Amino acid sequence: MKYSHANRLGIFICHCGVNISSTVDIETVKKALTGYPGVSLITDHTYTCSNPGQDMIRNKIREEELDSVVIAACSPSLHENTFRKTLEEAGINPYKLEIANIREQCSWVHSDRKVATEKAISIIKAAVSKALLNEPLTPISVPVTRKALVVGGGIAGIQASLNIANSGYKVILVEKEPSIGGKMAQLSETFPTLDCSQCILTHRMVEVERHPNINLMVSSEVTRISGFVGNFEVTIRKKKTYVNAEKCNGCGICIEKCPRKTDSEFDRALSKRKVIYRPFPQAVPNIPVIDGEHCLYLLKGRCGVCRDVCGPGAIEFEQEERFVKEKVGAIVIATGYETFPIENIPEYGGGTIPDVIDGLAFERILSASGPTGGEIRRPSDGKVPKEVAFIQCVCSRDPEKYFSYCSKVCCMYTSKHAMLYKHRVKDGQPYVFYIDIRAGGKGYEEFYQRASEEDEVLYIRGKVSRLYREDGKIVVEGTDTLLQENVAVRVDMVVLATAIRPSQDVSRIAQLLKASVDENGFFTEAHPKLRPVESMTAGVFLAGCAQAPRDIPDTVSGASAAALMVCNLFASEELKHEPTIAGVDEDVCSGCGICIGVCPYEARELDREKRVATVNEVLCEGCGACTAACPSGAAVQRNFTDKQISSMIKAILA
Amino acid sequence: MSEVSATKADFEPKIIAFFCKWCTSAGADLAGTSRINYAPNVVGIRVMCSSRVDPEHVLEAFREGADGVLIGGCHPGDCHYQTGNFKTMRRAAFLSNLLDALSIDSKRFRVEWISASEGRRFAQTITSFTEEIRSLGPLSRKRLLKESARGGNHE
Repeated sequence: MKYSHANRLGIFICHCGVNISSTVDIETVKKALTGYPGVSLITDHTYTCSNPGQDMIRNKIREEELDSVVIAACSPSLHENTFRKTLEEAGINPYKLEIANIREQCSWVHSDRKVATEKAISIIKAAVSKALLNEPLTPISVPVTRKALVVGGGIAGIQASLNIANSGYKVILVEKEPSIGGKMAQLSETFPTLDCSQCILTHRMVEVERHPNINLMVSSEVTRISGFVGNFEVTIRKKKTYVNAEKCNGCGICIEKCPRKTDSEFDRALSKRKVIYRPFPQAVPNIPVIDGEHCLYLLKGRCGVCRDVCGPGAIEFEQEERFVKEKVGAIVIATGYETFPIENIPEYGGGTIPDVIDGLAFERILSASGPTGGEIRRPSDGKVPKEVAFIQCVCSRDPEKYFSYCSKVCCMYTSKHAMLYKHRVKDGQPYVFYIDIRAGGKGYEEFYQRASEEDEVLYIRGKVSRLYREDGKIVVEGTDTLLQENVAVRVDMVVLATAIRPSQDVSRIAQLLKASVDENGFFTEAHPKLRPVESMTAGVFLAGCAQAPRDIPDTVSGASAAALMVCNLFASEELKHEPTIAGVDEDVCSGCGICIGVCPYEARELDREKRVATVNEVLCEGCGACTAACPSGAAVQRNFTDKQISSMIKAILA
Repeated sequence: MSEVSATKADFEPKIIAFFCKWCTSAGADLAGTSRINYAPNVVGIRVMCSSRVDPEHVLEAFREGADGVLIGGCHPGDCHYQTGNFKTMRRAAFLSNLLDALSIDSKRFRVEWISASEGRRFAQTITSFTEEIRSLGPLSRKRLLKESARGGNHE
């Protein structure tokens, strides 16, 4: 070996045509840096990023046996990766590169040649002093379990599962209810095209059930999540359904013979269902479950008719809940929404006036498979309501009493409700109370216009102040802010467009994942614009209303985007991660834990035995906040060490 | 203020800046591609996040001869690392007090939020900070040490 292996650093100065050399005097720079500590070679090229330029760099690295390189050129955001590759091709570690930005931050912004040259020298000196301390690094690689967990079987979870499964990866779809389909299955027709919700949804539900890559687990809940991106371990609780899904052939004779009825959740308590039941006729899977809270046999040990009539012997009253452990590489959260319960809105008669219902209940009334077979009849006495008031923004956009956000879908579904009501009750009059109409979306404004013009829906701009019963009618009082006068309409039924709330599962799952939720309880995305489907936790993605109120098209496109992110992750067997992360010098670490609180990624933990902080290298994003916060200098950001920053300061100010 | 007068006329401030990679350094690049001229007195050190900057680095810069120190980060709420700039904000408040206690005028230290789209604002910030430091004059370390040893107020 010709040279000792102390430091052999080469500086390559780029002219960038004349972009740099017209303001920065390259020869002066070369002279100033000749003999600078650690510098073995200093040379220049008209275009270092060109093929001949890169050839020159590669040759010089080999000839001069360089072990680190400074390239003084344009911004590192442009060619850092190009030159890292050049170094690698020449046989040295790509992280032994430092870029001195003497174009964007020097030659292009200063006109005085002498001044610009001096500044360029300072910038290069700083880069040299950092480069001399750069360590060779290798990207961190972690194996990936190429199987995804999707939590929630509404349209978001269905879409994400199908997309991932169709890409060739395994999916576990966990749904807490006995059937997938979610809220979309309850809807009658969907805006703005008025196609029947079940018609467009049910074939996808069936596709999920039949898909060889999808393991569908209904009546199940995720109870534990540990691990990290690529390597999660989840525990799923399979609730007791008292029906052996393997044995049941879905004939439904048990449902027919069951003697007891209770309120149907699916029909928003507007109809009754049996105690052994399917939530709705097209349920997937087509396996009934027993409602343990109402079953005579389970409560009192009497009856057992379902067991007696079941041919395959699928009824198992002694069934226990089971816990299943699975390893997955990515998680999609699609836990959906609830609507704010009307019982909690007494000022609008919620829970006290039977003909005050919420939007989802009205969907059931409109549905051809609903409690009234699609005829508009009010709950109290089954009469056809001749006048109906629809009230928008109930609890939404109401920061004083309820929630400040907009629930997004209510303007459109109220238009749809009023329109469908008018289609079915020709002599009826729908009124809509609104704050303003938000009809952004393809075909949405036209749909709203159709409701208000063609279907003679009477829109009244103003909030409702009071609602009470009088002479068999419901009086809705409010202010028409356009006419600037108080109004009172007397109606037979009221439909409240209640606020969309995150499902109760969101807070539970957020706790399991240690993921963050916003002030309204919805999951927070990693970046509102550029990483909208990633959660703050690496490897956990968001779909649908778990994140914010959404309509179906947005939910579906978001779910597909989340699925794509999962497939991205699964595209290789190993996860590559930038190695410029912050490690721990265990000899110095006092185990104070300050770095743990500072880390935004939960990448740090306290090893209680050794009493030192430990880093999960895959989770660390390399911001360096811990390095700045560590009082003992034990948190060390690789290639951004305190020593490196300090030597840069000294080089600039020398 | 007496330290200033002697050398003020031909004084070119030396300023160290720490720019976060995602916002302020990108804003500086934009000032470059837009060819917006600004004062040449600032040399930047690119860090991944403004929260990487240890108060110790700022003190070191002053000790080593900087007349001013600037930290540039993403606007509050826009941090690439979610909350890094809030940490910077809190550290900056603490650091300003510390500088005053060390008899270094805290005007010599500034934190600015400059986004990747604010090339012009970047240039204006650099120039205005340079002018402010110029008006404050050079930071006399010799005197500073003497004054602080006596416990007196310097600037």
